[in-house]
Order: sequence, then C-alpha cells, then structure tokens
Amino acid sequence: MREHIPALIAIIPLMAALIAPVVAYFSMWLVRGISILAILTAHIFSLNALYHSLTVGTWHYYFGDWAPPWGIEYVIDPLSGSMASLVSFISLLVAFYAGPYLKDDTWLKKGIFYGLYLLITSGLLGMVITGDLFNLYVFLEISSLATYAIIASGGRKATVAAFRYLLIGTIAASFYLLGIGYLYAVTGTLNMADMAGRIQELMSSPAVLIGIAMIVVGMGLKAAVFPMHGWLPDAYTYAPPQVTAFIAGVMTKVSAYVLFRVTFFVLGAANGPVYAALTVMGWIAAVGIVMGSVMAIAQKDFRRMLAYSSVAQIGYIVLGISLGNMLGLIGALLHILNHAVMKSCLFLVAGGIKWRTGEHSIAKLAELSGKMPLTMGAFLVAALSMVGLPPTAGFFSKWYLVLGALDANMWPFVIVIILSSLLNAIYFFRVIENFFLKKREAGEAVKRETGAPKESLELPVTMLIPIVILGIGILAIGILNSQIVTNILQYSVPGGGL
Amino acid sequence: MMENLMSGYLIYWLIGVLFVIGIHGIIQKNNFIKKIMAMNIMQVAVIIFFLVLGQKTGATLPILIHGVEGAENYINPLPHALMLTAIVVSLSTTGVALALLLRIQKHFDELEEPDVLRGMDQ
Amino acid sequence: MEFVLDYRPLWAVLISLIAAALIMVSGRYPNLRETWTIAAAVGKIIIVYSMLPAVLSGQVLEMEPIDIVQGISLHLRADSMGMIFAALASLLWLVTSFYSIGYMRGDKAKHQTGYFASFAVCLSATMGIAFAANLITFFVFYEILTIATYPLVIHKRNQEAINGGRKYLAYTLIAGQLFLIGIIWTQIIAPGGEFVPGGFMAGKATAGTLSIIFTLMILGTAVKAGVMPLHGWLPTAMVAPTPVSALLHAVAVVKAGAFGILRIIGYVFGPELLNQLGVADVLAWIAAFTIIVSSLIAMKQDHLKRRLAFSTIGQLSYVVLGGALLTPLGLLGGMYHIVAHAFMKITLFFCAGAIHIRTHKDYISQMRGIGKQMPITMAAFTLASFGIAGFPFIVGFISKWNLAIGALQAGKALYVAVLIGSAMLSTAYLIPVGYMAFFKESTEFNSFGEARLDMLIPIVITAVVSVLLGIFPNAIANFYDLAAMSASQIVDISLELLGGL
Repeated sequence: MREHIPALIAIIPLMAALIAPVVAYFSMWLVRGISILAILTAHIFSLNALYHSLTVGTWHYYFGDWAPPWGIEYVIDPLSGSMASLVSFISLLVAFYAGPYLKDDTWLKKGIFYGLYLLITSGLLGMVITGDLFNLYVFLEISSLATYAIIASGGRKATVAAFRYLLIGTIAASFYLLGIGYLYAVTGTLNMADMAGRIQELMSSPAVLIGIAMIVVGMGLKAAVFPMHGWLPDAYTYAPPQVTAFIAGVMTKVSAYVLFRVTFFVLGAANGPVYAALTVMGWIAAVGIVMGSVMAIAQKDFRRMLAYSSVAQIGYIVLGISLGNMLGLIGALLHILNHAVMKSCLFLVAGGIKWRTGEHSIAKLAELSGKMPLTMGAFLVAALSMVGLPPTAGFFSKWYLVLGALDANMWPFVIVIILSSLLNAIYFFRVIENFFLKKREAGEAVKRETGAPKESLELPVTMLIPIVILGIGILAIGILNSQIVTNILQYSVPGGGL
Repeated sequence: MMENLMSGYLIYWLIGVLFVIGIHGIIQKNNFIKKIMAMNIMQVAVIIFFLVLGQKTGATLPILIHGVEGAENYINPLPHALMLTAIVVSLSTTGVALALLLRIQKHFDELEEPDVLRGMDQ
Repeated sequence: MEFVLDYRPLWAVLISLIAAALIMVSGRYPNLRETWTIAAAVGKIIIVYSMLPAVLSGQVLEMEPIDIVQGISLHLRADSMGMIFAALASLLWLVTSFYSIGYMRGDKAKHQTGYFASFAVCLSATMGIAFAANLITFFVFYEILTIATYPLVIHKRNQEAINGGRKYLAYTLIAGQLFLIGIIWTQIIAPGGEFVPGGFMAGKATAGTLSIIFTLMILGTAVKAGVMPLHGWLPTAMVAPTPVSALLHAVAVVKAGAFGILRIIGYVFGPELLNQLGVADVLAWIAAFTIIVSSLIAMKQDHLKRRLAFSTIGQLSYVVLGGALLTPLGLLGGMYHIVAHAFMKITLFFCAGAIHIRTHKDYISQMRGIGKQMPITMAAFTLASFGIAGFPFIVGFISKWNLAIGALQAGKALYVAVLIGSAMLSTAYLIPVGYMAFFKESTEFNSFGEARLDMLIPIVITAVVSVLLGIFPNAIANFYDLAAMSASQIVDISLELLGGL
C-alpha cells in the first residue's frame, strides 16, 4: 500500500469524484463526508510523500511498473510534494467551507458539485506530481473541464464567463500540446527527466524554440499572466462563491508551477532560448503587476478587485521565475504558497460577506467589523499580507523577490514590486475603510435571512473555521518562513540545497 | 529543393495555417456556435500534427508482421495513442461547450456574443 | 562592551502585546480592561528599568537571535541608546495611560477597546524599535508601528479623521517601502545588518552607492520624524484624540523616526564614513531649514494642537540636526533631546487635551483668561513653553546647549545661529498662549474650573520632571549618562574626553 502513495494522491479524489453523484442519491451528508475524507487522505499522502522526498530523496513511481521513458512516471521531489500538499490543503478547507452553501440543493446538484470539485482537485494534484508531459496535459484537461462546469453553476452570467474561459482554456491547452509535440519531435520522449537529458544539445534547433514559445504561451494563458488574463476577472467574479477561493487560490498557481517545472527542470534555464523567453516574461510580468494593481483600484466589485489583484500577484510569481537566481526562485515559490493562502482567505471572506448580506459592491458594504469580528480579523491579516507588511507572509516573499531582483541587478523590477505594494495598499485600505469605519446608511447591504442572531453577522462555524485557519496560516507562514525556506523550498529549486 | 519542401515541411505549414484559422475563428467570430467550430478546427490541427510526426516513409502499421523486423520498418505508434486521448478530450470539451451554449441560449435567448454581453450588463 | 544573554528585551516587547490581546477580550468590562493597560505599563517599566544598572555598567543585554528570513534574524538587544528610548517610552506610557483613561471617559468616546489595544501594540512596536539589534528587526517593528497607529489616527471615524488617516498611511507606507529598498540593498552588500557603534558600512561599496542607500534610509525614517518637506501628515494626524497626539506624536511614532535617523547615522554608517560621503551635511541643512520654517508656520496657527504639531516638527529636527552634525556632543544632544522634548511636549499636549475636555475650546484665540480657571494646567503649559524655548533649569536647555557645542565642534557656527533663532521663535509662538491665558480678561471662563484629577496629576508629573531633569540631567533613568555612553561608543572616544555639561 505504502509504495503506491504517489499514485493514490491523484487517484483517490478521482475515484471519489466518480462515485459522488451516486452516493449523493442515497445520503446527502455521506457525499460530503466522502469528499472531505478523500481530499484529507490525499492531503495526508501528499505530506507523507513530501516528508519522504525530503528525508529519503526523490520518490519515483512507475505506473504499472513500466520504467520510463516507456511508462508514465510520477515524481515526488520537494517541489511537487510541497505543491501537492498546498493544493490538497486549500482544497480541503474550501470543501469544508462549501457546506452551508449547498444546504438547500437537491441531491443531484450536490452530488455533481462534489464530483466536479473532486475532479478539479484530482486534476491539479495530477498535474503537480506527474513526471510526464503528456500526462500533464490530460490532468490539465480534467481539471479544466471540471472547472468550466463548476463555474457555469454560478448562475446566469457565470455561463457566459465559463464559456469564454472554455474557449481560452482550450486554446491554451492546444498551445501546450503543440509545444510538447515539437519537443517530442526532436527528443523522442515525453518523460521530463529523460527529455531534460536529451534536449541540451538540441537547444539551437528551431523546433525547440517554437516548442518553448508555445508551452510558455499556453501555460501563461492558463496562469492568466498579463496580457493573457482576459478570462480571469469574469470567471472569478461570477463563479459560485464557494469554489472561487479554490480556483483563485490554486489553479493559476499550478499553471505557474508547470511553467517553472518545464522551464527549469526540463529545459534548463541557463540556456539561450529559455533565458530569452524568461527575460521577456519577466518584463511582461512587471507590466502585468502594475496594470493588474491599477485595474484593481478601478473596480467597484469586491471579487473583481480581488481577481485583478490576482493578475498582479501572478506577475510576482512569474517575475521571480524569470529572475532565475536562487533568491528569485525562492521568492516565487514562497509567493505561490503565500498567495494561495492569502487569496483563498480573501475569497472565502468575500463569499462569506455575500452569503450574509447578498452584496459584493465595495461601496455598499459598511460596518462589518463589529458584526463579523473574526471574519474581518482574518480579512485584515490577509489584506496587510497582500500589501506586504511585516510580519505577515506577504512581506517575506516580497523580501526574497526584491533581494533576487537586486542580485540580478534588475532595478526596474525592484521599483515595480515596491510600487505595486503601494498600489495594493490603496485598494485594500479603501476596502478596510468601508468594512471597518463607514457607517451604514439606509438601504445599504441589509442582512439576509440566514438564521443568524440579530446583532451578529458572524458566519456559521463550518465557514468560519477555514477562514480563521487561513488567517492564522498567513501569520504562521510569515513567522516560520525561514523554517519553510531552509527545510523545504531551498531543496525545491534547481541546484538547491545550499 | 521544392520537392523536399513539399514532402518534408509543407504539411507542417498547412497544419500551422489550420491552427491559425482555428484561433482566428475563436477570436473573431461573434456567433458562439461558430466559435465552437473554430475550436474544433484548431484541435484537429493539433491532432493531425501529432499523427504526421509518427509517419515514416516506407514504414508500415505498428503491428508485428512476421518477417519484417527492426523498428525502422514500423511507424511510431505513440503519437497515435496520444491522439486517442486528445480526441476524447476534444470531444468532451465540445460536449461541455455545447451544454454551456444550451444554458446561455436559455438565459439570454441569444447566441451572438455582442447581444449576450449586452444581456449581461442589464 | 560586554554582551550578556538576556531575554528581558523580548519580554519588554511581548508584555504589551499580551496586554493588547487581553484588552480585546475584556472589552465589555472597562475597569478590567484599563487594569490590563496599567498592569502592562507597570510591568514594562519594571522590566525596562531592571535592565538599567546592567546597561549603565557597560553591558549589552541581548537575546538569542531567531531566524526570520534566511540569514537574517529577529534580534533584540538593550544597549545604551536603545535604553534611552525604551525607558522614556515605557515611563511616559504609564503616565499617558492614566491620562488617557481620564480623557476617554471624560470625552465619552466610542471604540475605547480598540483604542487601548492599538495603544498597547504601538508600545510593543516602540520597544521593538528601541531594542532592535539589526535593520530588519527595526523595520518589522517600524511597520507594525505604522499600522498600529492608523486606528488611533482615525479614531473619531468622521471624514476628517479618515482623510487624516489616508494621508498618514500614504506618507508612512511610501517611506516604509523606500526604507525597505535601502535595507535590502544593505543586506546584499553587508549581510546581516547588525547595528555596530560607529557603523559597519565603511568600505562595503562605492561612495555613490552608499550615498544612495543612506538617502533611501533617511527618506524612510525622516517621514516619521516629520522633517520638511515630508511632514505633511503630522498636522493632519492631529485629528486623533489628544493622548494619542501626546504619546505618539510627541514620543513614540515621531521619535521612532528621529531615533531611526540617529541609529542609521551612528550605528549603520557611522560619523566617520558620513564625513567622507558628505551626505550628512545635506541632512543638516534640511534639518536647519525645518527648524526655522516650522517655527514660522507654527506662529500662524490658531488651533492649539496644530501649533504644537508644527512645534513638534521643528523640535524633532533638533534631533536630526544633532545626528547630522556627526560630532560627539551633537549626537549626545540629539539623543538627550529625544528625552527632553518628550517630557516638555507631552506636558503641552496634556494641557491642550485638558482644556479641550473641560471647555471644548481648541483655538488659542478662544483661550483668553483661561488661566484664572485652570491655573495649574496653564502654569504647567507655560513652564513647558519656556522649556521648549530653551530657558535654563528646564530640560530643553541641556540638550540645546550640547547641540550648540556640538555645532561648534564641527566648526559650523551657522547652526548655533539657527538654534538661537529657533529659540526666539519658539518663545514667540508658545509664550503668548500662556500670556493670553493669564493676563487677558475674559468673562467667558467662569463656569469651568481645574481639569479632572486623573488628567491633572499626569500634567503635574511631566511638568515637574521637565524641571527636575533640567537641574539634574540624570535624575531619572540616568538619561544623560546613557546618551553620553552611546555617543562615546559611536565616535569611539572615552567618556571623559566627551565634554559637555
């Protein structure tokens, strides 16, 4: 049993997804239990595999005992192990949080929701741990298709957003597939490690160049790197609130992870064309950081503001990757972790506010701090972290990114990062002012009848616990970041372990 | 030279054209059904690309035939296997897309993008 | 210097943080809540002052560093300079706490729980700043202070307060980010960034790079210290309740900026290096400019707290000037002025607050004859005014005397003229308030009377301390010795050669 753990990480949620609708027919609470149990198991296995990769070494798992390059290989190194743990952890919290939203749904809706949700989880976990480029594409499509469907369940406008996301997502996946086609054509292998060994001498080939460009474009689209972010604001804004946190927190991050994995572990970034592609990406990311932040300031809808802020934050990650030095990469990875936690927390808060007040417009929300103190406390921590103030987590990824940028002598990037923190401060303090200070006027954001006691709007415990855990997590990551970096992240970057 | 181009690279150029036509259609067409059709064209281009990769002059099907030995006499089966998966993916994507269109049709009574977007603003 | 492992600096930081949590929890029971504040303030004083003998004997108490970022640690250490600030802030916190309780209850203010909690967090951050042993620790607490002060600035929750808060954040956050660039740059050229008396940056990079880093760091700290033209937030932030203005805008926040400048000059770059770079001269000019111009602006303000705010801006630049002179007595004077100005200005703010609570008058022109009604308050006010103007036997004289000698040591007599000119201007803008209060007749003030006792006692205490320290500079916490010790360590001469008073 234990030797199959790498495969089970992705397969358990997949199996649970298949039986979820059936189980839902028999028992409403059983389907929830099974879903949470499946994700929890995946999480425990991920942590176990991560621990194994840190103590024993990289864990190679050959599917059906077919050794690579013929068979499909799952690889758990510190990088994929920590990503899998992160994905499953956020997924677990959001699954827990989703409960009250689905209270009044029929068994079919509930079953399908959990089925789709587990499919996304399984797809993302598979993308993270696979060591095979085509297998990655399959998992990418599994998670994407499920995402389109789950976004579409958000109502009238969501169907359009989901449809447009589907078109763009398919373009992205096709680009990625074409890219690996080119790489396959010159190397004759799809296994990442195998390809990494063979591709070095072929770097000057035009086919490799086209392949790299296509993979970068494809994953850039999926990760919503500026200016390929067009699908993101609508998708995040109209998706059902209970899953936005998961999609926003993790999905784009996994694509960024793939970008990192392919450029550094398969192609080897020291080489000419990859280096050039990364440099271009870095500058685009820098523009994206500023544009995303500026667009976020212009938004009136809380969730849309968070969505544009995600565009900017993805820019941080890509920027760190493009710097290519140790510090920049650690910064990028730390920011993947930080942003997953922060943005999930913020979207959970946004969902909670919507659930209580039915309102998303920043201007109409007022006087929430007294009514939902814990939720607002978590929001405050997440917002300060987004701005990047110590001792929250966001400060430390920024610290590494600036350090990396200075190390690479990229002054403009330093200025961009600093400028973006200030822009973040503008739009988050605007929200803070409204939530904490503004007096409610007549006709604004009235409480919905959700069975809460009169004075308090605090969320039910099932929704509150994930929010509070993430809020504490932000502080914990901030305080323990040195442990995270020394024990995990520095083994995750190429040439790491210094 | 010309012949080399024809047999060697022209087919890739044609695939490239097909791919670009697909993307152009997705972006440019207003009708959602046409967008889906363009999407399919794009996916087909990718599939053909892989199939062409596996092709070899003078080789036969990748089924072991008695007397024919050596890998060079068989075409590469792997791209075909991959494309079976890709076709399934393409099929399900189209399925999801059509299901979404049914919903959009129900909500907005329109399948032209500008009209639907106008409907969203209301 | 002798380094001793000791966790008291950490406890000094933590005690008010714990108190903040307790205050939040016990919001429903005002008396219990205020007990936590007072208990933490007393506890903090005990912790800080228990370290005093050791520090005076030349020891440096420091905790085991805790890694926060790879290669850089959270590191607290009580040295002579940090002790000045910590002893000052902890002492004045207790005084202000009593005053705050009287003020807030007298004002029937809302959101008192958040107010006292934020106050406690601010004090934690101040302790952290005082005891920070390296740049990153300093920065972490510096930013915590920025954020923790924000709820206090916007305490009144009206549009004016919100605007004041926005302006405050805009100034301090931008400055913080510039400071951050400087720190990260330092991290690259001189990893660790541990404060060393006399600086550690010499020879680490070219003169140009060092000048840019110095400028970035000074920009970051000068905003909090209200150096012109970066002072814009300070008068606007006066919308905060008076105890906030008193402790934070006379002691903790603005002094954190001034203290930061002295730390950077004395412990990061060092006078010797700065002399070579020549950038400190620019800072000295700006400080001199601020001293004069802010005094001129102060004369035109009719709102008492605004006048005091501009007076604060000018007085803070004394500290900056003292540092920028790069001479031992200049540094000594600058450090001692942190103490001197704190006691005098807190007295003035306390008086302004007492007047506000009693009479709801904020404008100087309305205060004719108020001295008849509130003689003790106004006497304290007048006394502190003389102190700010630099009259002998009041604490302000000692620091200014040393600053003047320091300027002469540096061979820059022009600054002595600035100091004298500023003293005259201070007389011109503060003494008339006392004059109006005592010697102008008004029928308006018949129904009031002396301030509440819980506000009056802190006023009297701070006023008396101002005089006491003016006669015996070491009377409390050996402030003068600490400043002298620190100055002699920075310029590396023996205490006997330091001179001064």
